[in-house]
Amino acid sequence: MTGSRRGFVWKIWLGLGGVALAEYVWIAADFLRPRTRTRGTDGAIVVAGSIERFEPGSVTAFPAGKFYLVRLEDGGFIALYRECTHLGCTVPWIDDEGRFVCPCHASAYDIRGNVLNPPAPRALDLFPVRIENGIVKVDTRRAVKRQAFEAAQVTYA
Amino acid sequence: MSKKMKGAERTAEAEPAESGERQGVLSSVWHSIFRGPLFPHSDRDRKWIVVQNFLLHFRPVRLPERSLRYTHTWGLGGMSLVLVLLLVATGVLMMFVYQPSPEDAYGSILAMRDEVLFGKLVRNVHHWSANFLVIVALLHLLRVYFTGAFHAPRQFNWIIGLSLLLCVLASNFTGYLLPWDQLSYWAITISTGMIGYVPLAGEWLQGVARGGSDIGSATLITFYTLHTTVVPVLIVVLMAFHFWRVRKARGVVVPRGPDEEPEQHPERVLALPNLLLRELAVALVLVAFVLLFSVVFNAPLGDEANPGMSPNPAKAPWYFMGIQELLLHFHPFFAAVLIPLLIAGALLAIPYLRYDSDASGVLLLSHRGRRMAAIAALTAVVVTPLLIVLDEFWLDAGTWLPGMPAVVSNGLLPTVVLAAALAGFYVALKRRYAASNNEAIQASFVLLLTALAVLTATGVWLRGSGMALVWPWLS
Repeated sequence: MTGSRRGFVWKIWLGLGGVALAEYVWIAADFLRPRTRTRGTDGAIVVAGSIERFEPGSVTAFPAGKFYLVRLEDGGFIALYRECTHLGCTVPWIDDEGRFVCPCHASAYDIRGNVLNPPAPRALDLFPVRIENGIVKVDTRRAVKRQAFEAAQVTYA
Repeated sequence: MSKKMKGAERTAEAEPAESGERQGVLSSVWHSIFRGPLFPHSDRDRKWIVVQNFLLHFRPVRLPERSLRYTHTWGLGGMSLVLVLLLVATGVLMMFVYQPSPEDAYGSILAMRDEVLFGKLVRNVHHWSANFLVIVALLHLLRVYFTGAFHAPRQFNWIIGLSLLLCVLASNFTGYLLPWDQLSYWAITISTGMIGYVPLAGEWLQGVARGGSDIGSATLITFYTLHTTVVPVLIVVLMAFHFWRVRKARGVVVPRGPDEEPEQHPERVLALPNLLLRELAVALVLVAFVLLFSVVFNAPLGDEANPGMSPNPAKAPWYFMGIQELLLHFHPFFAAVLIPLLIAGALLAIPYLRYDSDASGVLLLSHRGRRMAAIAALTAVVVTPLLIVLDEFWLDAGTWLPGMPAVVSNGLLPTVVLAAALAGFYVALKRRYAASNNEAIQASFVLLLTALAVLTATGVWLRGSGMALVWPWLS
């Protein structure tokens, strides 16, 4: 076969078939590609309210924005994305115990989002917090991943 | 055999032509569809029907009498086919009512249940058939393994069978989301969450599976399409391939005793009526059972999906609870990715390992093989719960080995230890019984399988609120 004209033409046909298949796979991949929802800045920036509304050491749920606004004891703010970093269950704040406990696999987080109990591999994700004229605003367009709590993550008035 | 078949074909061609000229239009239309006798009167008719009928030509014309024994195959392959047919019949009906969007899905299920004539029954049949199919397909896999029906020439059909099992699981899994209740929403959240632990491509793959970062309308339409088009087509194609391969291997493996040589010319009987009537009987009993079961037990339907509140406990579908149990003990990459891949690889390798003997047709290999399999099962039944309890209350590698990343202390380390234990078990048992590698591999297979069954049972019955161990018989 090698070297013969017929063999060469066969290989070209096979190659073209391969190209056609690759094209289909490529197109299929784009059909399956997740489309980022183009959320306007209106819904994406959640206006949480004025600073005084939040007691130091308090956790306030914002169900529409899918986050908890936390005011730490020292008065700083962080916004915690409510999805467990283990497998994505919604983590409720247990007020009596003063921690977040995942109902799915019993991961637990402290008020800063640090892991208290595995299997969660890292601290709860953050949404960036801005404070403008005493009003707390949370940018929910993109969750920021982190390993653990650091002082630089806190926003102060 | 092939000469006889050709003979049958030749008479088939000849028969309708003879009387063709004297027939009326209706009669000739009839004979163009059914080109021979509908009800056989002789063995020649019976052969003719099996050869000429589009559906029956998947079956052999004659088959060894010994392979007919019900307790040889338990009819599990045929039962799988019947369940698939029930699933198609009920699934198509439901597609006329179901609406694949987060706003309408749950409502359309309620409407199906409460307003459509027999809608509840149709949904029940679909739900239970799907669950039975997982069980029956798994039992079929066991039957094929334990009768050695994976040796040549059936090696590749084992692979096709595994692909079918994967399709069945995929079908069950994608269907799980569609009712859009709390159960489905959170089971799919957790399961697709596992994908995120695939190295490098994890986040991308998860995005593809969910059609975005969260479970939403894109996820639902993706799952719906997979469930109603892609996977069913794959199943039908692979099933045809599977049956054809059985046919080409001259039927199912012929059973024989441990010390018997395979018969070169076993006594053969006609498939019609011997095989086909038996299959029909199994099919009818199964359909009756599924219908009765579906009349008595309703398919579960929880509250409508609420992304803001995970139920406690949130469990995976039962056939994934083995993996879910592993998740509680291992780093997610090991529990959800590596260990399942290793098990899949081991299953795929089964027909291609080098065996001391070709034991096709011998149930459980030998007396020694049975004994070793029983020991393996017993070991797994004792050791697996012990390890679960040990890890739950006492083992804490993460704290004992500070400074070691969780991937190692909670993933690599236990995986390597367990793999070494399995290898040790294999070697020790093989030496102790001076066994062939067929017997030792079978024992290891039984050990792993029993462990998986114990893990699944633990996940189903012994995990309560917060995934803590509970003892249901105490409460």
